[in-house]
Amino acid sequence: MTVDTGPTGTTRRAPATASPPRRRRRNLTGLLFVLPFLLAYALFLGWPLVGGLISSLTDASLASDEARFVGLDNYAEAVGDPAVWQALWVTVKFTLLSTPLLVAVGLVMALLTNHLSPGRWLWRLAFFAPYVLPSTVVTMIFVWIFQPDFGLADGLLASLGIDADIGWLTEPNTAMMSVVLTTVWWTVGFNFLLYLAGLQAIPHHLYEAAELDGATWWDKLWRITLPMLRRTTGLVVVLQLLASLKIFDQFYLMTGGGPEHTTRPVIQYMYQTGFTNFRIGYASAISYILFALILVVAVAQIRLFRPREEAS
Amino acid sequence: MTVPETDRRADSHSSVGRSDDVPPPAPPRRRRRFRPGALLLLVITALLAALWLLPLAWAVLTSVKPEAETTGIPLRWFPTEFTLDAYRAVLDGGHFWLWLFNSLFTATVVTVLVVILCTMAAYGFSRTDFPGKRALFAITLVGIMVPPQVLIVPLFDQMVLLNMVDTYWGIILPQIVTPAMVFILKKFFDAIPRELEEAALMDGARRWRIYWQIILPLSRPVIAAVAIFTFITTWNNFLWPFIVSTDPHFMTLPVGLAAIENGYGLRFARVMASAVLAGLPLLVLFVLFQRQVVRGVAHTGLSGQ
Repeated sequence: MTVDTGPTGTTRRAPATASPPRRRRRNLTGLLFVLPFLLAYALFLGWPLVGGLISSLTDASLASDEARFVGLDNYAEAVGDPAVWQALWVTVKFTLLSTPLLVAVGLVMALLTNHLSPGRWLWRLAFFAPYVLPSTVVTMIFVWIFQPDFGLADGLLASLGIDADIGWLTEPNTAMMSVVLTTVWWTVGFNFLLYLAGLQAIPHHLYEAAELDGATWWDKLWRITLPMLRRTTGLVVVLQLLASLKIFDQFYLMTGGGPEHTTRPVIQYMYQTGFTNFRIGYASAISYILFALILVVAVAQIRLFRPREEAS
Repeated sequence: MTVPETDRRADSHSSVGRSDDVPPPAPPRRRRRFRPGALLLLVITALLAALWLLPLAWAVLTSVKPEAETTGIPLRWFPTEFTLDAYRAVLDGGHFWLWLFNSLFTATVVTVLVVILCTMAAYGFSRTDFPGKRALFAITLVGIMVPPQVLIVPLFDQMVLLNMVDTYWGIILPQIVTPAMVFILKKFFDAIPRELEEAALMDGARRWRIYWQIILPLSRPVIAAVAIFTFITTWNNFLWPFIVSTDPHFMTLPVGLAAIENGYGLRFARVMASAVLAGLPLLVLFVLFQRQVVRGVAHTGLSGQ
């Protein structure tokens, strides 16, 4: 797997032979090495992290300088706020629709190209290139493709004789699906690379042994390849879950959250609460609820993947 | 589907990035010489690749049409009259060049700062001893778990306080805190043999010299991966620059384009011309440095999750 970066060396301790004065100097030097980073960390991660927590307990607003302590009122309000639940549901729906596609398409791409040596760079270029584009560029292209009547999507359907009034970005369910398709096109290249790495890590002798037993490629696919890729698939699913919780760009840029907020994800609701309604305190509470959800998934990921990773 | 003869053994890291290697001559196996399956495989893959390139091709084709032709029904693939009017309109009007500069400038500064701060911190955590080191490293690791997206509201509040809204620093500084990169670099430094360093220490070399003359040169590949990953994510970042820049003069390219997209109305040749122009720098970077980009994004991005 590519999870590990670089050769994983066991941390060896330096032999404790340095003389005392030298060690003292080294103490200060070591601190100087980490200080600039820690300073930036404290200022631009620590500060907003603590500041957000504090303001989530107040009625802070961008419109006034005063903030009153309100305890857990913001959190209580969020739990009872149908808009929060709707935004979470948008995320869940997006995850359920996009994950199977992102897994299946990425896997198929990797299986197809794994042994297709001619043009290897070409396949990788085609499948991975969208991933390096900014979200704005991707959504501009797809909003254009999904234009009614003269867009590419409707145009292709028309050339097949289908003259459907689909409303790619204007009907609630279709708009969700259009965002899902755009996301698959944009990000599946990453999963493709993960699966490619997973495939290349499968020991070759497994296939040779199977061939001696007269296994067909179909047998090998189901009995060796897919089971050996189980860990990669688990990883892809978890990463997808984390990405879905944080989704904003595609929805905001393609549908603006509409129609009727049916495609408005949590971050967009948080953004609007904070910057359109100026309710910094309430918006911070929503960010902390989202943060808690992300932490649960992230911790689950570590517990699922780290131990075996170290063992291998 | 599996064709063992052409499979080359390689560790999973480098094999993702291989493109230039020639397969060794396959040992002839008679029962596999004719493979209609392989041809089918090639055709399916080519079709899928074409499908994946279609949106990009469509964007380019639209951008070279006269505006009136873009919305014609039924749809035409190629322009009757090739024109660069849309590109001219995008480049002449508006702030395109300024936004391009802003993106280039902020992404470069963020990348340089991340490389400096993170290699230094990683070296400190990997090779030196000082009081509180373990606690400070633990705090660094905790930072990996904090998604920047959930900090935007308090961070904006902070930027107002620091007078950094609509400034380059406001865009840059919150993006330089990347604890995941410290973690990745430390892991790499940990694996560099200590003997090299100890010999230099015996000779009385200072830590700074060791960091600069021994560790950094040995770590070029991982530093390149971190730099490429940081540059691409910063260039592509939408949410934070979008929030912290309200003045068009401080917008990055992705934010500026989103702001004017509506301004172009239904003039899709222009919209696509600006999309092509904005996507081009990274596509060129990707084509030129395919292997490094793949390693940088897949590798570094994954460990950073």
